[in-house]
Amino acid sequence: MKRTHFRNKILPYLLIAPQLAITIVFFLWPAGEAVLQSFQQEDAFGLKTSWVGLANYSDLFSDPVYIQSLEVTVVFTIAVTAAALIVALLLALAVDRAVKSGPAYTTLLVWPYAVAPAVVGVLWWFLFNPTIGILPYLLSLVGYHWNHALNGTDAMILVVIASAWPQVSYNFLFFVAGLQSIPASMREAAAIDGAGPVKRFFTITLPLLSPTTFFLTVVNFVYAMFATFPVIHATTKGGPAGSTDILVFKVYNDGFIGLNLGSSAAQSVVLLVIVIALTVIQFRFVERRVQY
Amino acid sequence: MIRTTLVSAMALAASMSMAQAKTTITWWHAMGGELGQKLDQIVADYNKSQDQYEVVATYKGSYPETMTAAIAAFRAKKQPDIVQVFEVGTGTMMAAKGAIYPVYKLMKDTGTEFDPKSYLQAVVGYYTDTDGNMLSMPFNSSTPILYYNKDAFKKAGLDPDQPPKTWAEVVDDSKKIMSSGAAKCGFTTGWVSWVQTENFSAWHNQPIGTMENGFGGLDARLVFGKDEALVKHWANLAKWQKDGIFKYGGPVGGNDAPPMFYSGDCAMYMNSSASRAGVLINTKGKFEVGYGMLPYYKDVKGAPQNTIIGGATLWVLGGHDKAEYKGVADFLHYLSSAKVQADWSQFSGYLPITQAAYDLGKSQGFYEKNPGSDVGIKEITLNTPTANSKGLRFGNYVQVRDIIDDEFQKLLSGSETAQQALDNVDSRGNDLIAKFEQANK
Amino acid sequence: MVEKRPFLNFLAHAVLVLGVLIVAFPIYVAFIASTHGPTDFLSGLIPLTPGDNMVNTYGKMMTDGMASAGMPPLSLQMFNSLIMALTIAIGKIAISIISAYAIVYFRFPFRGLAFWLIFITLMLPVEVRILPTYHVVASLGMLDTYAGLTIPLIASATATFLFRQVFLTIPDELMEAARIDGAGPLKFFWDILLPMSRNNIAALFVILFIYGWNQYLWPLLVTTDPSHYTIVMGIKRMADVVDSQPQWNYIMATAILAMLPPVLVVILMQKLFVKGLIETEK
Repeated sequence: MKRTHFRNKILPYLLIAPQLAITIVFFLWPAGEAVLQSFQQEDAFGLKTSWVGLANYSDLFSDPVYIQSLEVTVVFTIAVTAAALIVALLLALAVDRAVKSGPAYTTLLVWPYAVAPAVVGVLWWFLFNPTIGILPYLLSLVGYHWNHALNGTDAMILVVIASAWPQVSYNFLFFVAGLQSIPASMREAAAIDGAGPVKRFFTITLPLLSPTTFFLTVVNFVYAMFATFPVIHATTKGGPAGSTDILVFKVYNDGFIGLNLGSSAAQSVVLLVIVIALTVIQFRFVERRVQY
Repeated sequence: MIRTTLVSAMALAASMSMAQAKTTITWWHAMGGELGQKLDQIVADYNKSQDQYEVVATYKGSYPETMTAAIAAFRAKKQPDIVQVFEVGTGTMMAAKGAIYPVYKLMKDTGTEFDPKSYLQAVVGYYTDTDGNMLSMPFNSSTPILYYNKDAFKKAGLDPDQPPKTWAEVVDDSKKIMSSGAAKCGFTTGWVSWVQTENFSAWHNQPIGTMENGFGGLDARLVFGKDEALVKHWANLAKWQKDGIFKYGGPVGGNDAPPMFYSGDCAMYMNSSASRAGVLINTKGKFEVGYGMLPYYKDVKGAPQNTIIGGATLWVLGGHDKAEYKGVADFLHYLSSAKVQADWSQFSGYLPITQAAYDLGKSQGFYEKNPGSDVGIKEITLNTPTANSKGLRFGNYVQVRDIIDDEFQKLLSGSETAQQALDNVDSRGNDLIAKFEQANK
Repeated sequence: MVEKRPFLNFLAHAVLVLGVLIVAFPIYVAFIASTHGPTDFLSGLIPLTPGDNMVNTYGKMMTDGMASAGMPPLSLQMFNSLIMALTIAIGKIAISIISAYAIVYFRFPFRGLAFWLIFITLMLPVEVRILPTYHVVASLGMLDTYAGLTIPLIASATATFLFRQVFLTIPDELMEAARIDGAGPLKFFWDILLPMSRNNIAALFVILFIYGWNQYLWPLLVTTDPSHYTIVMGIKRMADVVDSQPQWNYIMATAILAMLPPVLVVILMQKLFVKGLIETEK
């Protein structure tokens, strides 16, 4: 924090006003409306509204479909995070080793980050199309009958791959930066002590990377829970039998397609609570790290 | 400032093709692809035919997206004059008494020529209230039919002019086709919910729900699980899928089904009569296509009854001024004229909605020249519709359709029996329907 | 490198080559698909070598669009995407940098509250509060306007946070010196802080440009007039068709064109991009 400050009564408010105005109009107002709506029942056109108390919430948590959606979200989030982190770490270690050609590889590996999730979804949907896709064809050559229209596991694999694909680039960059900040002297010293590359990785590299890894885990969680909406929308639409129906897709589907406004609003509020929790965790962590 | 930008943008869009004095009629629709092009042409013809109104048609995405967009716009008081809503949205639209302007009333209020009797009853019955008033204007209605690969039938030693009539024949033919190597699978289908469930019940004259399939009131409930024929059929589909006779094409419309038929993998294919144009384009030069009615089970009394329609109708939304409604009525009148209807239905494969349009097609010799194009209309008019085969009308039915897909997938993956799956459709679906009833009381 | 281990070096290169291939594969297939005719897909397997329809397909998409799917020419859609991406990037930077300035360099009542408000509420993705936000935008008359497309997305917690960190690392002495010289807060901001944050602004611009370009659900909802369609939302429009088949060649051509600008930005400004990305989040 700054020791000294400008003294001015009006200026700070003017400076912060645009940001606050947008926050209030486009975030607080709608969020407030969602909270109100979660205690109401309303027809699609908004002609009849009645208060129902906590009924929307109790219905939600007694609905096996919602519970399934919670479980699916947990599995999906962990799978995307794990896949994106492991692949990215592997690539980062390789780049770190291939010093000379490292930057060239980096260029070839970072650009998927720039591809819109909606486009990513359409691309993988096309690749995995059961009748015309190339991947099911290749899988059938090794005897696996791919069918994400019926097999929930196949569908989950599809959305995890498609969601992790652009995120690998992101994680990769952070791991490369993290690896570069590890002093070479530490590893050299370990090497002189006779520690092999595997041992060095687990005793030195991994622990020193742990702040980066923790930070990335939170970011990937948020990404997988919320930003993957276009991927699901462009591919499985939550199916088959709800096996890829993550929470954020369900909110959209129940509210915007099914027009079940009360339930959708209650789901929004649940998500709101999750987001706030994740933000606080991330913020606390980031704040602490910055002060080192 | 923002408002003026909006207004000027709209004015700019409007002024591109019209003189200042015309009244603009907005129409949101869900017709993509070739159908969208044809629709644009119809609108352009109308705009040229008179100089008072300018219809602006906008494609708003899939059926559910179009409907939701219109409802969201209504809540924000930015609704279009006309919106195209698919048949399962009928319950929702109908219950929204303050939001819609019933077509029969619109026609009466504006003094537009309108004879409900000139419409095909099997089509408009779906959209008529219990007092016999037409609430929305049918535009594109279709019904499922059977398409089959004549070359594969020939190769398997079957008569290529004899499509299977019953499910037993479908299975026999499939087995012969598969064992002779003429195709890899017997049949596939689009729209499991619409074709293999709702239409199955109507075709076998079995109730889908209580109170005349929901026509009688908001407190009607689904009874799929009590329909023994349907339970047997779903169980068979699961069994046939294991045997490879049937291949599943995915949820909702079943996007993976058409390529299976086009590529010759599956010899038979059940889908909307409106898919005919697409089927012809995509199989051209590969094999000859035959057409048949939907199969039925011989041992079910009353089968075959008649099929029910799908597709969409045009709803007029409230909250606009009188001058606009006059234009809307005039445009709807134009749309249902025999000439426009015959042209649209012959191009698209949708059913003609008036007797006059059907007769015009007949006198033009269209149905003779285009074999299979009248299978759909024969199916829906096979018998006088009963309480079980008029159609269905439930609230929140868009989501009920999702549940049907959901439970069907659970059945196919072996985690449920047919009875369990259909019972779950009823219980989960009825929860939603009850919610709808509560919200619209 | 710590020591010479040829096998490990080989392994590293193998992993990288494999990674590059996996990353590039979907794009390769998409490109190939966009060079074929529409019926080459529906009846079997996707071909793996280029077809002869490329000029045709891209030419048609850029100039005519897909009228049948209510799609205006892609050149117009790309223009809309560009406007959207630029407005969002510039707008976000502008309002974030001044609000961060206020938070760091001033003490005022409700400062802490304003700070937390911005941070927590802005994390909430648009998908979650979709209907109410749509409602708000509609009641403000902002449907089908560039303002409606961009303003609700302009507030940014991460950008505010980044600038806050940057300002915190700037030595206090600078400000004290400026004050002794009689410089007011606005002059200090303009003459000292802005030039010192130049690199961060540029880096952030790259990131936000991509963010803005890639928006999907929001433009899908607030635009009903084809003249405001953006290219990323346009793709999905084409893939969803009623009673007919998706035309994969056009969809894939659109996909390629939709990803081209942000990918080029990343590749051409890689250094800034990496810096921006890592510093935004740190």
